[in-house]
Amino acid sequence: MTARVGIVTFPGSLDDRDAARAVNRAGGEAVPLWHADRGLRGVDAVVLPGGFSYGDYLRCGAIARFARIMVDLVPAAGAGLPVLGICNGFQILCEAHLLPGALMRNAGLRFIDRRLRVRIEDSGTPWTSGYQPGQEITLVLKSGEGAYFADQATLDTLEKQGQVVARYADGDPNGSARLIAGVRNEAGNVVGIMPHPEHAIDPLTGPGDDGLGFFTSAIRHVVAG
Amino acid sequence: MRGSTQPRPAPDTVAAAAAADRPQPYAELGLTGEEYQRIRELLGRRPSDSELAIYSVMWSEHCSYKSSRVYLRQFAEKAPATASLLAGIGQNAGVVDIGQGYAVTFKIESHNHPSYVEPFQGAATGVGGIVRDILAMGARPVAVMDALRFGPADAPDTARVLPGVVAGISFYGNCLGLPNIGGELDFDPCYAGNPLVNALCVGVMRHGDLQSAIARGEGNQVILFGSRTGPDGIGGASVLASASFGGGESAKRPSVQVGDPFMEKLLVECCLELGAAGLLAGLGDLGAAGLSCATAELAAAGRAGMRIRLDAVPLRDPALGPAEILMSESQERMMAVAAPADVERFLAICARWDVPATVIGEVTATGRLQISWHGELVVDIAPETAAEGPVYHRPAARPASQDALAADDPSRLPRPSSGPELRATLLDLLASPGLADKTWVTQQYDRHVRGDTVLAMPADAGVIRVDEQTGLGVALATDGNGRFSRLDPYAGAQLALAEAYRNVAATGARPVAVTDCLNFGSPEDPAVMWQFAEAVRGLADGCQFLGIPVTGGNVSFYNQTQDAAIHPTPVVGVLGVLDDVRRRLPMGFAQPGLPVVLLGTTTADFGGSAWAQVAHGHLGGRPPSADLAAERAAASLLAAAARAGLLAAAHDLSDGGLAIALAECCLAGGTGCRVGLTGDPFTLLFSESAGRLVVAVAAGAEVEFAVLCEQHAVPATVLGQTGGDRLEVAGQFAVPLAELAETHRRVLPAQFG
Repeated sequence: MTARVGIVTFPGSLDDRDAARAVNRAGGEAVPLWHADRGLRGVDAVVLPGGFSYGDYLRCGAIARFARIMVDLVPAAGAGLPVLGICNGFQILCEAHLLPGALMRNAGLRFIDRRLRVRIEDSGTPWTSGYQPGQEITLVLKSGEGAYFADQATLDTLEKQGQVVARYADGDPNGSARLIAGVRNEAGNVVGIMPHPEHAIDPLTGPGDDGLGFFTSAIRHVVAG
Repeated sequence: MRGSTQPRPAPDTVAAAAAADRPQPYAELGLTGEEYQRIRELLGRRPSDSELAIYSVMWSEHCSYKSSRVYLRQFAEKAPATASLLAGIGQNAGVVDIGQGYAVTFKIESHNHPSYVEPFQGAATGVGGIVRDILAMGARPVAVMDALRFGPADAPDTARVLPGVVAGISFYGNCLGLPNIGGELDFDPCYAGNPLVNALCVGVMRHGDLQSAIARGEGNQVILFGSRTGPDGIGGASVLASASFGGGESAKRPSVQVGDPFMEKLLVECCLELGAAGLLAGLGDLGAAGLSCATAELAAAGRAGMRIRLDAVPLRDPALGPAEILMSESQERMMAVAAPADVERFLAICARWDVPATVIGEVTATGRLQISWHGELVVDIAPETAAEGPVYHRPAARPASQDALAADDPSRLPRPSSGPELRATLLDLLASPGLADKTWVTQQYDRHVRGDTVLAMPADAGVIRVDEQTGLGVALATDGNGRFSRLDPYAGAQLALAEAYRNVAATGARPVAVTDCLNFGSPEDPAVMWQFAEAVRGLADGCQFLGIPVTGGNVSFYNQTQDAAIHPTPVVGVLGVLDDVRRRLPMGFAQPGLPVVLLGTTTADFGGSAWAQVAHGHLGGRPPSADLAAERAAASLLAAAARAGLLAAAHDLSDGGLAIALAECCLAGGTGCRVGLTGDPFTLLFSESAGRLVVAVAAGAEVEFAVLCEQHAVPATVLGQTGGDRLEVAGQFAVPLAELAETHRRVLPAQFG
């Protein structure tokens, strides 16, 4: 058997196709999920892809958290369903309070598309178990509002509990607090990451295939039960 | 202020127009006295206000091509015989068969005037407009590019215009989810008051997906879908895009449209789903001239008739009157024709995507475009009279100053000769804004979305994968050189074509089709008209020779402020096909020990060169000659060599010549090189002779590649080898890569923050 991984399409989702390709390439089965539907079609894991859901109007992710599908996704995430939010998906997970903190305008106030090094700090999550702790990988960061922010107490707690999943490894690209590129919830099943693992699955179209591990990790996790 | 409490003024109707004559503001709408008289003759009465609105925008230079049409015919007359063109000039965009059942449609279009008046929205809606052109053909848009030209980088107004334009493109294209894969960025004082913002979009479809902008079938319903109509962009095509600037441009801001890329994204997905469901009997986009253009062109193409209830159009501002609604260029709108039985399914698909859709009329058999407003007829015209417009044979004359310009040969300019002087020249050129690293701009664009981007800036051409299984893909490049075209517009257009063709070939792709954006000054100036005529003739001859048709494009006149016109700037986009994108050639030297080979012939070509401009602020003499036979030979060599896996890298030579090309190869791949030159080092390093590329030959392929060069009759000179961490010209100078990089990369960030 393999894992069925749901990819949610909100109005304005853009990297849903890329996320589906990454899941399929990793050996899973990508299952399209529509924002206005109820039910998760029995999937084993969910990816909230990048993009500009609802045009990023009001605030990134602020409208998507009220989408119909979130009615089912939020409790499922609470019950341990592996969920990965990439870029706009990360913003949505923060807005939905499935992850702590928030994403703010880049320090330079401009959109950035560049490849960079990211260090995997926590390989204990379903999405990162295929990496070594401390392993550095190359991903693409492409966002205008990617600066991770939380108050000092929250940041201290995240550090203490090992909830920082990934950190920028070659300097601060966007003003993220403590160079944080990705975090997880306390249970570890919900992960948000600003750079795009789904754009790093093939050297032909990306900086390499370092990002594929997010998807193979989750599939292995599901299959292993 | 318009207030909803004011009583709505009674609209001018067709009946009122027939009953009573009165003075009309045709000049304020951009029509000449003769044009106004012609409209009266066509109608046999004065036009109603709404009719006048339609003619004023449809007969604008921007929409009617009235000054250019007599020349543009050459693109069809001289079109090479090709079986691969599925739709050509005259459609929203040309469609090219690329094999395996796929077709590609692509087009470049100007948004120059709005981008100067309001850089952010002007450039943003330029992207939106060209994307809808591609969508209207039935294709899924897959990538965009932008060819940008500004005044001097350090001019105060460039600090207003450039960051705004780049942010607008970034905002719209990124939110729409289209990778930005290339384009151009150049600077010249001639663009200071008239920047050029040319946007290109490419789309992919299966052969059967082709849509037509046509309204036929009596009783079929006309559906307007997308954004609601507001008071933005009124007269954008006429008073803004079809007039020179003469001061007070900020007052034209209401003629600039405001973009909503989120709605455009929904519109794209909605349209593609409608097409896949077979619900589109006709499809058109609303761009310049808005509803006027969509209704007149769809009706004219169908040779039927159309009845529109204008009061059914959903409005953002309820105070808008019929003439304003007809002239509005509100963005993110499309018009479709659908069979009555399909309307329910049509509206359901729009609802699923949250796209407002409204039936606003139907196809008739009257041959007339009839538009009503709350039950009263406000327009009753033959649609082809609006859609076709007048045709002008404007006076064209080669200006006498052209001789003096040609005689001012750069050979009189002092040249560097010692090694240190040559080194300093290289660094000066690398640090000139037109040749400097463009990352400050391109980093603001999403190049990765959709996951099919194989090459993007700073590569010679952008490459997009079309089929994941077979590796089929397309390469695209745009090029233009206003300095060359100023010296000789015929040669300049051919050189732009040659460079774009060569850039596509440098990736290993086979060039197949052309789109053009012809940016010129005022057509009312005979000297400009001569430049235009020469450029079109050059481009049409060039395309005929190379065997690649012009499939569509755009003319932008009136790029001039008072008497100062821009350099004539034909920007040419070339599309190529790669049967397998895995065989594409990168430009960077990535491995040491590979032979570096120069392809083509170098002569002393410094007229219009980057060196003459940067070192001396000089523009004069003759541009390089465009040897299209040599270009064709080099392109076919590159395609064969890429297919056979003989090359590790390839890069075209253009602005700044061999020296700049080698520096770019070293920087892109992170590996240096050592070359030796036989002959005058200054000429060999900085001449801009056309038809040349530099390649790194794959290990062990030297002999096979040399044989292939001979077979294709392409002169090949082994210059040296890749390797090390510096660019070294034996016996002359060496520059560490770190110094090259620092020089190249600091320029734009230092200028724009």
